[in-house]
Amino acid sequence: MSESLKPVTAIKAPVHLEFSYTAGRASTRFLRGMAQGKILGQRCPECGKVYVPPRGSCTICAVPTDVEVEVTGKGTVTTFCIVRIPSDSLSIDPPFTCAHILLDGADLPFFALIQECPFDEVRMGMRVEAVWVPKEELGPTFESIKYFRPIDEPDASFESYKEHL
Amino acid sequence: MGEHCAIVGVGQTKHDTLRVDVSMPGLIREAVTKAFDDAGVSWGDIDAVVLGKAPDMFEGTMMPELFLADALGAVGKPMLRVHTAGSVGGSTAIVAASLIQAGIHKRVLTVAYEKQSESNAMWALTVRIPFQQAIVAGAGGYFAPLIRAYMARTNAPDDTGIRVALKDRLNALKNPTSHLTFPDVSYEMVRDSPMLWDPIRYLETCPSSDGACAMVLAAEDAAKTSPNPPAWVHATAMRSEPTMFPGRDQVNPQAGRDCAAALYKTAGIKNPRKELDCAEIYVPFSWFEPMWMENLGFAPAGEGWKMTQEGATALDGDLPVNASGGVLSSNPIGASGMIRFAESALQVRGLAGEHQVPGAKKALGHAYGGGSQFFAMWVVGSEQP
Repeated sequence: MSESLKPVTAIKAPVHLEFSYTAGRASTRFLRGMAQGKILGQRCPECGKVYVPPRGSCTICAVPTDVEVEVTGKGTVTTFCIVRIPSDSLSIDPPFTCAHILLDGADLPFFALIQECPFDEVRMGMRVEAVWVPKEELGPTFESIKYFRPIDEPDASFESYKEHL
Repeated sequence: MGEHCAIVGVGQTKHDTLRVDVSMPGLIREAVTKAFDDAGVSWGDIDAVVLGKAPDMFEGTMMPELFLADALGAVGKPMLRVHTAGSVGGSTAIVAASLIQAGIHKRVLTVAYEKQSESNAMWALTVRIPFQQAIVAGAGGYFAPLIRAYMARTNAPDDTGIRVALKDRLNALKNPTSHLTFPDVSYEMVRDSPMLWDPIRYLETCPSSDGACAMVLAAEDAAKTSPNPPAWVHATAMRSEPTMFPGRDQVNPQAGRDCAAALYKTAGIKNPRKELDCAEIYVPFSWFEPMWMENLGFAPAGEGWKMTQEGATALDGDLPVNASGGVLSSNPIGASGMIRFAESALQVRGLAGEHQVPGAKKALGHAYGGGSQFFAMWVVGSEQP
């Protein structure tokens, strides 16, 4: 069959997306904090749980979380994954360790990158701290924290974070 | 529940990496034609169509229901699209069943599909959230930490996931629709396959598939004139919860436990492990079998892995799980949940072929989606409730 008579089974149609994101009040506070090198969360006035990043309301109590709290960049790895599969949409090349980090004084773990440590030496319970970009590069983005790195403290006990898994 | 609802026709495509032999409409028609043959009906017998598929970004085609309306035979009829992420195939079937149970329609066609080869689901799932690094590598990157948490919580033997994968991959060899088949699969082959999202290995992971699943659901009168035995819907349930909140149990989510409890209550089931003959559950990564065994109340908390290790979930065990080969063997995401529901129906109809669980009379179909936050389940039986 000549080339021109072969059936067309597929064509490439690349997709490109640009979108505007409305952060909302709670995230705006958090992002402004990031630009100043601060981690700001919010405490629920009813259950006392601290949301970092804040969401503006408590999912459990269904009330606004209007009490602002600042937490430090120290925290605990509650669990993690070693990413060994590459993808165009990832920020960095594998292998690397992506962890759930529970900051001291916060009640909601978030995903973050662990560096300055071999990727296969990350442990549940490992104590870590935020490493910020240089002051002049700080901006209203979570990327003001470059990554987390281990600190010289004994591992947190499983009991201390098992409620956050 | 008002009217009784029965599954009278089931059809699935051959699931594969790349179905370039058919377009999206062609893929759907392949499943629907088989379901119609099984049900002994044709387009004119259908009152309404309920379609489900996963997020549009997975295929890069927005709102495919617009151009699928004629392929689905929906012209001049009510048509709905359902969306609950990975659980969509299950919730789509439940929405379709509710149209029968409510007495609105006599026969409803429900279809779910995904043509994953047309885009890149890992790309679509590696969400570039504004102001954040993109480091959560697709579904594997999201679920691997939860599996690690399960392992730490339960002290389950490290090879539990390997055993689940081996079982499902052996079952897949008995299912002609299976996408991934490894005729010489062995414990060592699974164990030695590469880690993708440590602790998840390549052979413990679901594939990306092209495929579709269709079911014809019918009210009592219509079911009784069907050529093949029907499966009766005994109960359905859906629950959801947010992705993140303090103290959320992501390993054993409350929504899943509540959904199962509501389902069993409606179905009059007190001891699910004893009263159900088999289960088709949504296991995209091997370790989710023991995790869901606990969430679904088949095993006490912390002991789901024992069912895998003891062989209880094998085809010859006391509760065969994923006799079809499961999501690990075929994963057209939007259809994966409906395939679980359809396979549970095939089992109680006695039409599952080589992977039939002998004498199965009551079965569970289960799907979950999002960050383990949407749950859809049904119990089907050979006897009319």
